[in-house]
Amino acid sequence: MKKKKSYNSIKEFEKVIQKSMEEKYVLKLYVSGLTSASKIAIENIKMICEEHLKGRYELEVIDIYKMPVLAKGEQIVAAPTLIKKLPLPLRKFIGNMTNTEKILLGLDIRIIGDK
Amino acid sequence: MRKKIKTKPQFKSKPKQKIKKVPDVSLLKVPTGINGFDEITIGGLPKGRPTLVCGSAGCGKTLLAMEFLVRGAIQFHEPGVFIAFEENAEELAQNVASLGFDLDDLARKKKIIVDYIFIERSEIEETGDYDLEGLFIRLKHAIKSIGAKRVVIDTIEVLFSGFSNPHILRAELRRLFRWLKEQGVTAIITGEKGGEGTLTRYGLEEYVADCVIVLDHRITDQISTRRLRIVKYRGSLHGTNEYPFLIKDSGFSILPITSVGLNHKATDERLSTGVPRLDVMLGGKGYYRGSSILVSGTAGTGKTILALHLVNDACRRGERCLYLASEESTAQIIRNAKSIGINLEPWIQKKLLYFNVSRPTYTGLEMQLVTLDSLLKKFRPSIVVIDPITGLTSIGSSEEVKSMLMRMIDILKSNYVTTLCTSLTHGGNNIEQTEVAVTSLIDTWILVREIEHNGERTRGLYVLKSRGMPHSNQIREFLITNKGIDLTDVYVGQGMVLTGAARKVQELKEKAAFRAGRDKMERIKRELERRRLLMEAKINEIHAEYESLEEEMHEKLKVHEAQEKALVLDKSVIAQMRKADHKIDQDQDQDQDQGQGQDKSNADKNSKIKASEVKK
Repeated sequence: MKKKKSYNSIKEFEKVIQKSMEEKYVLKLYVSGLTSASKIAIENIKMICEEHLKGRYELEVIDIYKMPVLAKGEQIVAAPTLIKKLPLPLRKFIGNMTNTEKILLGLDIRIIGDK
Repeated sequence: MRKKIKTKPQFKSKPKQKIKKVPDVSLLKVPTGINGFDEITIGGLPKGRPTLVCGSAGCGKTLLAMEFLVRGAIQFHEPGVFIAFEENAEELAQNVASLGFDLDDLARKKKIIVDYIFIERSEIEETGDYDLEGLFIRLKHAIKSIGAKRVVIDTIEVLFSGFSNPHILRAELRRLFRWLKEQGVTAIITGEKGGEGTLTRYGLEEYVADCVIVLDHRITDQISTRRLRIVKYRGSLHGTNEYPFLIKDSGFSILPITSVGLNHKATDERLSTGVPRLDVMLGGKGYYRGSSILVSGTAGTGKTILALHLVNDACRRGERCLYLASEESTAQIIRNAKSIGINLEPWIQKKLLYFNVSRPTYTGLEMQLVTLDSLLKKFRPSIVVIDPITGLTSIGSSEEVKSMLMRMIDILKSNYVTTLCTSLTHGGNNIEQTEVAVTSLIDTWILVREIEHNGERTRGLYVLKSRGMPHSNQIREFLITNKGIDLTDVYVGQGMVLTGAARKVQELKEKAAFRAGRDKMERIKRELERRRLLMEAKINEIHAEYESLEEEMHEKLKVHEAQEKALVLDKSVIAQMRKADHKIDQDQDQDQDQGQGQDKSNADKNSKIKASEVKK
């Protein structure tokens, strides 16, 4: 009985992992104008996404200068800020996205090499 | 209100040149509208500059900042932005609603924007360099959207807990304050109190160095007092003291200790004390209007009653009176007043009399002052009774109480209010000295005391001082009757003053002596009368004796005359018979003489009778 259950749960767990590998990512990057920091951030996040989430991500770059109302709505204080809208939970990343490891961890992406 | 001290016109014309020059250089200020704050900062906060307000939790930073915004929006038409890090708009609106500020309404009218910035550290990953441009943009957007002139950031230190890189934060904050100056907005930044030697936890004062205000909340003897101090105010004069302040139902209230000048108006108008004979003692007319009166005395000497007389009389004239009681409840005062024939109820119903009863220990000294101030503004009484002022000593050191009372009396005087304070002197103390040492502030000082003499206590009253009027120097005895205070007649006989039973005894004694004297006189008079009657009786007796004697004599005379006639007749008969004629003539002459003598004695008798009749 016990064995059966654990077997089942392992199976389910694997299923979830499989599902997460296929999950779609919705990311929003808020930048303040085209400063060097903004550019670095955009480049970095694009690189990460292309490398790890190819084909299953949506990245939107928003200039908060142009949309200040969004800054209020999304509780943006620092720039650049990356918000992971999906999958849940919501997460925020601030900075120029140079710390790839932290981003991957936060985005809940397992690096293929680990597998 | 007459509180505002107008600058004298004659000073305006002379230093005109100076006044013209000054505004160009000097700091422009923005009035906050906060009660008392603009007085101690001489105009308000520095215009277009950030001000740091720091203090520990719960000392009123947020409220000060909020009131600055709200009053700016309402009174000075300067819209404001409130950047809140700690509370959201809803909470803030709720918090200040108790002070009568309708934040939602102001937000709807686009006068105030509350922007709640929420930073949850657990949600945020720091992945390299960043700046706080997001904050700047939000702030700018908010300022632009309503044309804000005032900005509040409360409490910026939350950022330090939200972001882990202090170097970036410090650089960004420096930029923020510079940026705020560039925007030309007058800003208040609040900060948490730091440890030893620093005003704020993260040394914010380094950035906002133009004006720093520290709020404090201290508890001494279980009574808390809030204090405000301007640590620094570049380019401006400012009060340097610690100013006690209060947060009450209408917001902040700061009471400058030293700002009140001694330039209250003086008037010749007089006010009855409510006791006619006391008026007489005070130059015949009573107190001066707008003066301060102290009634001091030991327990149970009738201080309150004297105050009630004044109140009753003023209410009868239709004047408003404010009674600040701290020892008796309203109902008790009313009841006790009835027992001396003073009915206060109609005055309360007519809203001429207002009782403010509170234990002094319930609030701090400052609260007392502020309560009085707000009551003065609301009720506008012409007479205020503080019964007693000595109750205040329980909530502060004598120095504090004195300074508070000084301000209190100053506030009252500048409002042209006649103030009567009662002061309880404890037995054994010098009665010509009050516990709270305010006598120098008092214009008229009436001392009521017990005179203990010969096994009884009587109440005595005298005017210790009364500025600007001739006043009686007598100690007058008074009685508390069911018609109120009755000053008794002064006993002036025998060159001494007697009171109470001794006076009564003396009076009775004199009465008795007087009566005895009168009786003696009566007795003498009666004796005289008796003597007179006795004498008269004797006279009558003698008279009657005489009369009977006279009658007898007359009878005898008649007999003799008849005998004589008979003799003459006999003689003539004999002469005829003997033919003799000459001798008869001689005898007739003798008869005539005798008749004259008899007439004379008759006349004498008549006059005597007449005299006795007159006497009767």
